[in-house]
Amino acid sequence: MNAIEILGLEKTYLVGFWAKRPKRALHPLHLNVEEGEIFGFLGPNGAGKTTTLKLLMGLVFPTAGSARILGREWTDPEVKAQIGFLPEQPYFYDHLTAHELLNYYAQLSGVPGKERSRRVESTLLQVGLRDIKGVQLRKFSKGMLQRVGIAQAILHDPKLVFLDEPMSGLDPIGRREVRDLIVQLKSEGKTVFFSTHILSDAEALCDRVAIINQGMLRGIGAVADLTSNVQGKIEIIWRGNTVPASMKALGAECHVTGDTIRAVLSETQQDAAIDALRRERLRLISITPVRTSLEAYFVEKLQHAETKAGTMA
Amino acid sequence: MNARIAHIASNTFREAVRDRVLYNLIAFALLLSGAAILVGQISIDIEKLVVINLGLTAVSLFGIVIAIFIGIGLVSKEIEKRTLYTVLSRPVRRWEFIVGKFLGLAGTLVVNTFFMAIGVFAALLYVSHKFVRTDALILVALYFIVLEFLIICAIALLFSSFSSPLLSAVFAFSLFVIGSFAEDLRGFASMTHGFTRWVATGAAYLVPNFSAFNVIGSIAHEQPVAAQLIVNNTLYAFFYAALALSGAVLIFEHRNLK
Amino acid sequence: MRRSYTVSLVAAACAVFSLAASAMLLHRNDQLRPHSALDEVLYVSSPKVLKRASLGYDGLLADIYWTRAVQYFGYRHSQHAGTYNLLFPLLEITTQLDPHLVVAYEFGASFLAPTPPFGAGNPEQAVQLMQYGIRNNPNNWRLYYDLGFVYYVNLKDYKKAADVFAQGSQVPNSHPFMRVLAAQMAQHAGDYETAKMLWTASYQNSQDRQIRQNAIEHLRSLRVDDDVAKLQQGVTRFGERTGRLPVSMAELAYAEGLPHIPVDPDGHPYDLTPEGRVLIHIPDDYPFATRGLPPGYTPQTKFDYNRQ
Repeated sequence: MNAIEILGLEKTYLVGFWAKRPKRALHPLHLNVEEGEIFGFLGPNGAGKTTTLKLLMGLVFPTAGSARILGREWTDPEVKAQIGFLPEQPYFYDHLTAHELLNYYAQLSGVPGKERSRRVESTLLQVGLRDIKGVQLRKFSKGMLQRVGIAQAILHDPKLVFLDEPMSGLDPIGRREVRDLIVQLKSEGKTVFFSTHILSDAEALCDRVAIINQGMLRGIGAVADLTSNVQGKIEIIWRGNTVPASMKALGAECHVTGDTIRAVLSETQQDAAIDALRRERLRLISITPVRTSLEAYFVEKLQHAETKAGTMA
Repeated sequence: MNARIAHIASNTFREAVRDRVLYNLIAFALLLSGAAILVGQISIDIEKLVVINLGLTAVSLFGIVIAIFIGIGLVSKEIEKRTLYTVLSRPVRRWEFIVGKFLGLAGTLVVNTFFMAIGVFAALLYVSHKFVRTDALILVALYFIVLEFLIICAIALLFSSFSSPLLSAVFAFSLFVIGSFAEDLRGFASMTHGFTRWVATGAAYLVPNFSAFNVIGSIAHEQPVAAQLIVNNTLYAFFYAALALSGAVLIFEHRNLK
Repeated sequence: MRRSYTVSLVAAACAVFSLAASAMLLHRNDQLRPHSALDEVLYVSSPKVLKRASLGYDGLLADIYWTRAVQYFGYRHSQHAGTYNLLFPLLEITTQLDPHLVVAYEFGASFLAPTPPFGAGNPEQAVQLMQYGIRNNPNNWRLYYDLGFVYYVNLKDYKKAADVFAQGSQVPNSHPFMRVLAAQMAQHAGDYETAKMLWTASYQNSQDRQIRQNAIEHLRSLRVDDDVAKLQQGVTRFGERTGRLPVSMAELAYAEGLPHIPVDPDGHPYDLTPEGRVLIHIPDDYPFATRGLPPGYTPQTKFDYNRQ
């Protein structure tokens, strides 16, 4: 079963003070997310990621289209018991302590009374918050608030977790912890849908990604596929400080760094390159396929769209 | 469903109790009750009269201020600060949210009034040295004051569901003032004709009518309150609050949250 | 560090100085306008507007206006201002806001009717106020008393006074003296006994300090009037018996068989002029006396309602 099916969700706002002009925040979106996968929703700021999430959460109403979450209509309130949501830059009731807040959320999510405190404690531990009993949230740092936000999203053991920029406000250790947490969620069989503009996170974590810009879907696919060796290049590193003529003959781009040389060649020239090095008696250090980075794919997709828009206009 | 409303209500109550503004206002009201004792010494005859007039007026006015200021924060503030997002992503219906907020605020005001009323009775005991049967009328006046609060709460919640905190406060306070003139509005409506009459009559009934709720002046003179009035006022408050809350639910149900 | 202390010190000194200066300026202003401590302007003089503006809290607003009325009268009286133009408007507003504030009607009866400087000098307004009060509090016998009071003391309309006292005596739980006063009015309106009864009733039945003080002064003056009248009659009898005027009060006292020289309520003996007139020793102490005053005497209002 698909965890999420987005069926043509669309959102147009009316902006302007006197004469309202329509502004399309989201063009009709069609997207599926499978159960048990980590799905990345990528795009620059203002692309429509948060709009999509707010539509799915029922915070904003679509101009057209619908969606199904865990097999039910997205407007079904019972669906909410099985999902968790971390909004971008979350705020919470300042006057409460983290325990009180999470307890309140647990109540609202229908966690039975006996289990609440246990769940709250274990979740707080899971997100790395310690020694915060009795401290009101208004005294928390941004990073701590972010952890509280993640805590409230997973506290009721939901099957599907929506995270909007989960890494924001965290230091490197925190980011690592959140990454580990997401991986753990997947290992528990949960589906994770998270939006971000930080590609390295997506590359490291996601099974599949979608790229959105200016309210339109630009690309979608498995990370492995998108970053595969599409260009068919390999990278050879060997010890030496001068580039042999034979290598130059192959048309390689060579870079010298200290006593190692790195060259990028086409895959088909791999054997020829190895032979050349052996003849020259140069020490081979490594041969690796050059993978397209997600960033390159990302940039390419966005530029492609812009050109298309440019030619159309 | 009931459990969720109860949880929202108790959370709202807790939030109000921790709001320092509340304590300042209560302290001020108690201060006024104390001041009433001093003012009453102008004329021995009317010491008790002044204590009752000033004390109950303070309870009423401060309560209304509290009702408006905390009430408008209920929804507007939550939307501005986006604390609502994490609440609504849970199996909470939007209407449950509104009802829970209302009950929490109503509870706060009742408790509030209780404490301020103690101040009034203390001042009364001080000037009269004992209680008499007619002092029970003060409880009736306090009950009517609480009913007024419920109406104002519901109104504040209504405006809060679609308007910014500042505008909501202005609107709610304006409606309170207009509500004091509601009888005049009805009188005016009956003297006009045609289209104006329709508009004026509509407005006169739409606006909350507080004229029957303020019995402070008459109970200060120990005049009894008809039981029928108590029943009528209770029902009116109930229905008017329901009206305002229905409006709030209606608006909130279809609102896009930024 | 030293710089921050300096700033704090300067700021504190500035605050203290500014406070003292502004307080002094307020004081100077008071001296510039000595009679305006209570401005002779009612910014809102329409009772109906005020009732609307009170947003339903008219009981409290009535109490506030009542306080203003009392202070207005007391202050102006102590300043020998002589006029009380705002008294009626203030009382009118008070009673429109709270028609059941009985003490306001009583105050009006006592101080709207008498001639200046003892009152506003407008008995018709007092009557108007009383009638309004009676309409709104038909079961309060005291208001009938107050109205009758005005008719008797200030308008000297004994017939109307008698009627009003009679109506008042019909009210359930009215004081027994209402009926007595009604009867007295009908028969002996001008008598000393009647007036004494009235002022005594006034004194006993009010809690307001100024009203009581007023009643005391009237009783004192009544007593003096009565004493002077009786002593003057004594002088006449002496003249008829002996054919001459008594040479001194002592001689008159002896001739009248009085145990000692007659004294006024303050303990001063009455004077006897060579022409045989009985005079009050210090007329200023009895502002309401109508007898025993020297020829050409004009009363000075020395007395103060706030005197104990």
